[in-house]
Amino acid sequence: MALHNRHLLGLQGMPKEDIQLILDTAVSFKEIINRPIKKVPTLQGKTIVNLFFESSTRTRTSFELAERRLSADVVTFTAATSSVSKGETLKDTARNIEAMKIDMVVIRHNAGGSAHFLSRIIGANVINAGDGQHEHPTQGLLDMYTLREKFGTLEGLHVCIVGDILHSRVARSNIYGLQTMGAKVSVCGPATLMPRGIEKLGVDVYFHLDDVLPKVDALNVLRIQLEREAGGYFPSLREFHRYFGVTKERLDKVGKPIAILHPGPINRDVELSADVADGPHSLILQQVENGVAVRMAVLYLLGTQN
Amino acid sequence: MPAKQTLIDAKGFARTVTRLAHEIIERNKGAETLGIVGIRTRGDLLARRIAHKISLMENLSVPIGSLDITLYRDDLRGKLNQPQLKTTDILYDIHDRNIILVDDVLFTGRTVRSALNALMDIGRPASIQLAVFVDRGHRQLPIKADFIGKNIPTSFTQQVQVMMSEIDGEDAVYLLDEGGNS
Repeated sequence: MALHNRHLLGLQGMPKEDIQLILDTAVSFKEIINRPIKKVPTLQGKTIVNLFFESSTRTRTSFELAERRLSADVVTFTAATSSVSKGETLKDTARNIEAMKIDMVVIRHNAGGSAHFLSRIIGANVINAGDGQHEHPTQGLLDMYTLREKFGTLEGLHVCIVGDILHSRVARSNIYGLQTMGAKVSVCGPATLMPRGIEKLGVDVYFHLDDVLPKVDALNVLRIQLEREAGGYFPSLREFHRYFGVTKERLDKVGKPIAILHPGPINRDVELSADVADGPHSLILQQVENGVAVRMAVLYLLGTQN
Repeated sequence: MPAKQTLIDAKGFARTVTRLAHEIIERNKGAETLGIVGIRTRGDLLARRIAHKISLMENLSVPIGSLDITLYRDDLRGKLNQPQLKTTDILYDIHDRNIILVDDVLFTGRTVRSALNALMDIGRPASIQLAVFVDRGHRQLPIKADFIGKNIPTSFTQQVQVMMSEIDGEDAVYLLDEGGNS
């Protein structure tokens, strides 16, 4: 059993058995990261480069921990410290790093398609850690892992993604992955933050949160990037919170528990009220824990392929 | 069809498990400090049988766990098929216990090397003793079993198949000539 692809660029078109394999493999790694010694020698001798052209704390830390716990040698470049700030192109950066004999690259970049581009010009395995507004496959996988752990299966589950769908790579990876695994996906947010033609992906579109809440098992609440307010996508954060904020009062009205996911970092009392974020149905910290296990699974499956 | 020779039949299988259990108790002067760990998949099943025998004989319950050594293998890169990862399931603290590590066949010793490293990452046992059902020789590492069900001289290309009723429908050990598929 092995993955069909030697890169992880996105969940669009990824076969169901590959997603299944990653999620199943992650179960074993979750056991390992709960041991006193959270380290296995599997990727000993492999060198992994993390190229983070966009700022990120959670994803970068999660990848670094996953890599180190598999005993790989790890180098991390961030935009501020790299030669990108001196005007080097992505292609040159990649070629130069490859000349240093590396095995895998994890890339986060603000341009959609950058991971695909990289996978075509270098020989190392490429893992997309978020490219522009395109995809963030490991986030999609860890969301699915967390939901599967909670509900036992993804088949038949109804998940609604709430908030800024337009700019969200997390939304796209979730839609592709969840649908492949047999879940139903809806999206909900202000019309200005809803990409045109999103229904062609097979999702139901809602513009009122209260309409969709009674139908769903879980909400994946996206982060509102605060600079969008200035971009004119919605009048004010307070108004956004009033119409699309996930609050305890809203959830209580539904009368059944709804699991809450959020890719972080949270804007408390904007997209998610504090009592829900810290409430009994919040899976947010499980997501973070599972993120390391899922990334270990991806690194293991790609790094030990032939 | 390669030649297939029966080395141990069902009755012999049960006797061998009983003898191994006796030897383990004798060497350790009881079973109070023991913990049994089987290497997945068949070592795990054997470990359960041995633990069951010991528990009956000593009238106490011996803690048991299973170990998946996939992540510690030294041949991950050369394998044609990626082995499926299973979970390590040792729910007791191995610290300061006398651990009986159980596997079905001792061959090159590489699996045992992986298992020793895996165990050391989980804790610091007082000792690790190795129990195998079949020792077929051809060691590539300086590893030796403490308890052996049966010594079987083999040629390197032959295969030893340990069958267990839990997954194979029968208890037996077979020797297959070269070209046999396991």
